[in-house]
Amino acid sequence: MNKYVERIYNGVIKENPTFIMMLGMCPTLAVTTSAANGIGMGLSTTVVLALANLLISALRKFIPDKVRMPSYIVVVASLVTIVEHLLKAYLPEVNEALGIYIPLIVVNCIIFGRVESYAAKNTVGLSLFDGIGMGLGFTMALFLIGSFREILGAGTLLGFGIMPESFTPISIFVQAPGAFLVLAMLTALQNKLMLPSATNGTAKKSTLACSGDCLNCSGENYDINHTELDKAKAIAETVQKSSKKSKKED
Amino acid sequence: MNSEYFVKLLIVLISAAFVNNVILSQFLGICPFIGISNKIKTAAGMGFAVIFVITLSSAIASLIYKGILLPFELDYLKTIVFIMVIAALVQFIEMVIKKFSPGLYDALGVYLPLITTNCAVLGVALINVNENFDVVTSIVNGFGTAVGFTIAIVLMAGIRERMEYNEISKSFKGSPIVLITATLMAMAFYGFAGLV
Repeated sequence: MNKYVERIYNGVIKENPTFIMMLGMCPTLAVTTSAANGIGMGLSTTVVLALANLLISALRKFIPDKVRMPSYIVVVASLVTIVEHLLKAYLPEVNEALGIYIPLIVVNCIIFGRVESYAAKNTVGLSLFDGIGMGLGFTMALFLIGSFREILGAGTLLGFGIMPESFTPISIFVQAPGAFLVLAMLTALQNKLMLPSATNGTAKKSTLACSGDCLNCSGENYDINHTELDKAKAIAETVQKSSKKSKKED
Repeated sequence: MNSEYFVKLLIVLISAAFVNNVILSQFLGICPFIGISNKIKTAAGMGFAVIFVITLSSAIASLIYKGILLPFELDYLKTIVFIMVIAALVQFIEMVIKKFSPGLYDALGVYLPLITTNCAVLGVALINVNENFDVVTSIVNGFGTAVGFTIAIVLMAGIRERMEYNEISKSFKGSPIVLITATLMAMAFYGFAGLV
């Protein structure tokens, strides 16, 4: 397989950010009230992700290691601002429907995950295709979850009525609790069928600082911070004691 | 300053904490909600750190927006400015409380680095701008939102501590049962919808 096509395949199927890596859960839950919203959010994220990967990969030899996170934040935030204004100008209804979740693409962990783990180490072309693949995988996942919720919750798909007249929409599915319920059923199904997913430990975990895998985070990083804190305190105490001792000796 | 203004502030506070609960109806900050909700103690620690940071960051973000971005017509830069301000603020808070209040640092320090990427912090700053709140209302809204976050995460931790002793079928172990719990909590919070 061509290595560029392989990046697309990797993003859409093999390491799908939503179904397999379980990243970016906030937008996944928030905007999937309809299939159209899912597509809008997915494509906006795809544009930011592809361009962020492209730029960071092009700049990877110039960005000093110490200020790499702030640099990434500036690049991603600028791209998000551009996308937000393009949406406002040409697709105002999409911008209206997605609201603050468009600027919140900045803190989507898929973007930082890909930039940090892929674009910062690979060539420009490969990084661009990696971004497009991941973005399309995210779009596909949001479209599928959005369609599921829209069909059950409103009886429509992309605004067209597709359910028979006798069907009473289960409106809870397009409201807040429905988002949690759909995701719960999805992860339960993955566990039952032993499908590869970060939630049952069969897929490889993300290598982000907070591991990025929100659903399966056991807070280990917090414990690590705690042990480091205790170590620092112990060192500080011994230093204090020894300095007191030396004073007494004086 | 009249009583009408205070009533408005009270409505903003209650609406931010309960009606538009940041986790259960706006889906901001899902990661810590699901990740760190297995013990009440850690959940409460995270909650208090979030109250501290969100209240402070909504004050500063609002001051910068009203004082610098609007007069110079730079409001299109708000996303970039807010995320940088939040990242810098969290670092700064960490340094200050480490230096001046080691007790507070012990309690909140471990949670601070992870709050930078919590979308609730940036979300609140953006909501304040979208709703065109003045500085005092922004602070009240930030505080209310963070209290709502703390209530949700502590409740979740309490339920999860009890669930430890329950027998849960194999496919629902782990995140599915947590999400089912979240579903039921979201339904309960849905009852606040008519409050304001």
